[in-house]
Amino acid sequence: MLTLQVNGTAHQVDVPDDMPLLWVLRDVLGLPGTKFGCGIGQCGACTVHVDGKAVRACSLPVSLVGRRPVTTIEGLAEDEVAAEVTKAWLEIDVVQCGYCQPGQIMAAIALLKGNLHPSDDEIDQAMSGNICRCGTYRRIRAAIRNVAGAV
Amino acid sequence: MAMTTIAVSRRQALAGAGGLLMAVVLPRARSRAATVTRIVEDQTGPFAPNAFVRIAPDGSITLILPNVEMGQGIYTGEAMLIAEELDVGLDQIQIEAAPADEAYVTKALGTEATGGSTSTIATWKSLREAGAVARTLLIRAAADRWVVDPASCQSEAGVVRHVPTGRTLTYGELAVEAAALPVPSGPVALRDPSTFRLIGHAQHRLDGPAKVNGTATFGIDIQQPDMKIGTVAACPVMGGVLLHVDDRAARQVPGVRDVLTIGNAVCVVGDHYWAARKGLEALAITWDEGVNATVSTETVYRQLHEALQGPAIVANTKGDAKTAIKGAAARVEAVYQQPLLAHAPMEPINCTVHVTPERCDVWVGTQVPMRARDAAAEVTGLPKEKVFLHNQYIGGGFGRRLEHEYVTQAVQFARQVPYPLKVIWSREEDLTMDRYRPAYVDHLVGGLDAHGKLVGLSHRIVGPAVVARWAPEALLPNGVDDDLLVATVETPYAIPAMFLDYARRETPGVVTAWWRGVGGTRGVFVIESFIDELAASAKVDPVAFRRRMTEDRPRARAVLDLAAEKAEWGTTLPEGVGRGVALQYVFGSYLATVMEVEMSTMGTVRVRRAVVAVDCGRVVNPDQVVSQIEGGLIFGLSAALFNEVTLKNGRVQEKNFNTYRVLRMNESPAIEVHLIDSTEDPGGIGETGTAAAAAALANAMAAATGRRYRRLPLTGPQA
Ligand code: FES
Ligand code: FES
Repeated sequence: MLTLQVNGTAHQVDVPDDMPLLWVLRDVLGLPGTKFGCGIGQCGACTVHVDGKAVRACSLPVSLVGRRPVTTIEGLAEDEVAAEVTKAWLEIDVVQCGYCQPGQIMAAIALLKGNLHPSDDEIDQAMSGNICRCGTYRRIRAAIRNVAGAV
Repeated sequence: MAMTTIAVSRRQALAGAGGLLMAVVLPRARSRAATVTRIVEDQTGPFAPNAFVRIAPDGSITLILPNVEMGQGIYTGEAMLIAEELDVGLDQIQIEAAPADEAYVTKALGTEATGGSTSTIATWKSLREAGAVARTLLIRAAADRWVVDPASCQSEAGVVRHVPTGRTLTYGELAVEAAALPVPSGPVALRDPSTFRLIGHAQHRLDGPAKVNGTATFGIDIQQPDMKIGTVAACPVMGGVLLHVDDRAARQVPGVRDVLTIGNAVCVVGDHYWAARKGLEALAITWDEGVNATVSTETVYRQLHEALQGPAIVANTKGDAKTAIKGAAARVEAVYQQPLLAHAPMEPINCTVHVTPERCDVWVGTQVPMRARDAAAEVTGLPKEKVFLHNQYIGGGFGRRLEHEYVTQAVQFARQVPYPLKVIWSREEDLTMDRYRPAYVDHLVGGLDAHGKLVGLSHRIVGPAVVARWAPEALLPNGVDDDLLVATVETPYAIPAMFLDYARRETPGVVTAWWRGVGGTRGVFVIESFIDELAASAKVDPVAFRRRMTEDRPRARAVLDLAAEKAEWGTTLPEGVGRGVALQYVFGSYLATVMEVEMSTMGTVRVRRAVVAVDCGRVVNPDQVVSQIEGGLIFGLSAALFNEVTLKNGRVQEKNFNTYRVLRMNESPAIEVHLIDSTEDPGGIGETGTAAAAAALANAMAAATGRRYRRLPLTGPQA
């Protein structure tokens, strides 16, 4: 039995130690907002926050999470930066198929929390681990800039 | 209950008359602002054909959208078409994915399908008519109630108003009476475009909020009571079969519930994906790999190149190209080669199925709902009416989900178990068991006269006929796949003499399939590369050369001039930087693309900027046209720069995004899209950006380096 702190709630889970956090979230805790894209840390679709840092949930064994709080796309209701980010996303209609977007948004929030006014290079650095097959990069970049400009 | 029964039979009667559905209503119903961020399913009974509008018992307004949303913004665009004529706001509706039903067939594709950039073209008139018919009936119902002339009534935002007295009734309050009225048999009047409130004005995507807060449900997110999760290993060599599987170790993996087999694949089922995945890895499988076990990429290309000589089917002739070329002052010749390509959408293939003796439920994102339903019926032996297909948001289609073999497979596994089974393919399975955009080889010969004018063009295409498998009835009687005529016969240019022939060669070891614009994408690369080669031979600037060939093609000329102007064509660039242009007319739209690329001495390629001018006729949702061009270009650039599916011993070698590389944010160019105002009927847009990418890029690289690039991918060993 492991205890996981997810979106402010403690959950007892009985899963193998090597099970990636991604599948615990999706298939055990019923939080499908975090997506499966590659399973090998290449695409960023599974990005969540562990202790406020963006991590690839597909490559993080659940036993290594420990007591650190986990935040997923479903756990952003109270978060001010998240509110600004989602607003910016909607204002310029970033999404296409949307499948990569929870990961993109979690990566963007982590970036902005560490650096409210990232340069274009810093945006590229922070976001280049997140693939968007629909090619929404230009809009993601613009939305992040808009948040930086708004706060 | 009686109410519902009457409503259903009424709907069936309407259906028989080919009419529009105006259904199930309670007199107390009121119009209310409904959520538009979820897809709901009709719980009231069977669908009627041609049913795109429904006024529900609570007065809410549901639009049933015939095409599936996979990122292209079609839910928003199609809702706009209906809402424009129905006189409702986009904040007053809810949207519903069409079920598998004849009523939603796309004629151009011969089945219920979303693909080929056809959706807006196909629904531009029909969905506006559906809205207009509904509004006409609602107004007539109000006029009857008030005993006034319908001409004295107006509709707005879900309400009918009697103008002289100011009386109003909501659509919900009118629905019962409207449903009892005969559907107009003749054409209904459509709004004059100058009065459009929605069409042509940028509207936010209806699926935006759910897609940014993580609540949008994709196929892979489906949850059902008692559901279990399976993952699959199919024979890695196409056509091979399962000989034996030792599952003893797999069954020891905690959480593994079942190991299921079919003729060519094994599925391990667990409480969660991880158990299934670990179980799959613990299997010892013996395959009979069959005849394709020796196929390699070299085999594929050799077959294609060999067919450049020898017999071929004449696909198109205009004038006497061969004689024109013989008599020409200069002769230009080139062979182009394009690889097998995977779709690699972000959402891996998945399908959830529950089979019981009475029925089969399938939850899946599909571009071909009827085919998926029929496949499930065939596997289960259930009649089609007992198969319920629940179409979901698709996390990227690109033609992959015009196939339905993964539905067949999931049903074959699910029928062996009593619980709902969600089958998820790993990314490795998704890439190696994809159905691929074919590899092609093209040979072109052109003749230029003394003034550097193209007098004749001769062209041979070698490659598979995707259409022969996907829609055999659409293969032309002479055996030509007419998709290959896209961009090659109908070009934006006036070409005095043309000859095109086709040597069909099916690729061994893989199934070939649609992609984001097969004919358009491969054709534009070849033609626009060759036009640049002709221009170079004629010592004419590439834009000037194309201007000369579009003198009587005003729409083509206009996009070319606009793109050239916005991209500052002709201005000096730094060393190592080149500009390339591509002009195209595919999917009913004109595009001119100017790309700017920087080549380092190390051979790295950086795409700096892309400028696109678009004339796609009347635009429904302008910002989504821009989005599709942006995304389509990125998709095309990934392929043009990096992508090639290779085969070794019959096995696909590219297994994940580390070896099937996708353009990332730091590699993606600045993109500007300029739309031309047009009153022509709409053209398609979803695949046009992808079609533009490789040619504009190859031409830019040639401009930067002074050498031609005739083999894709452009950074691959072949180039
Ligand atoms: S699924 Fe985790 S990085 Fe791709
Ligand atoms: S929006 Fe489709 S993958 Fe990013």
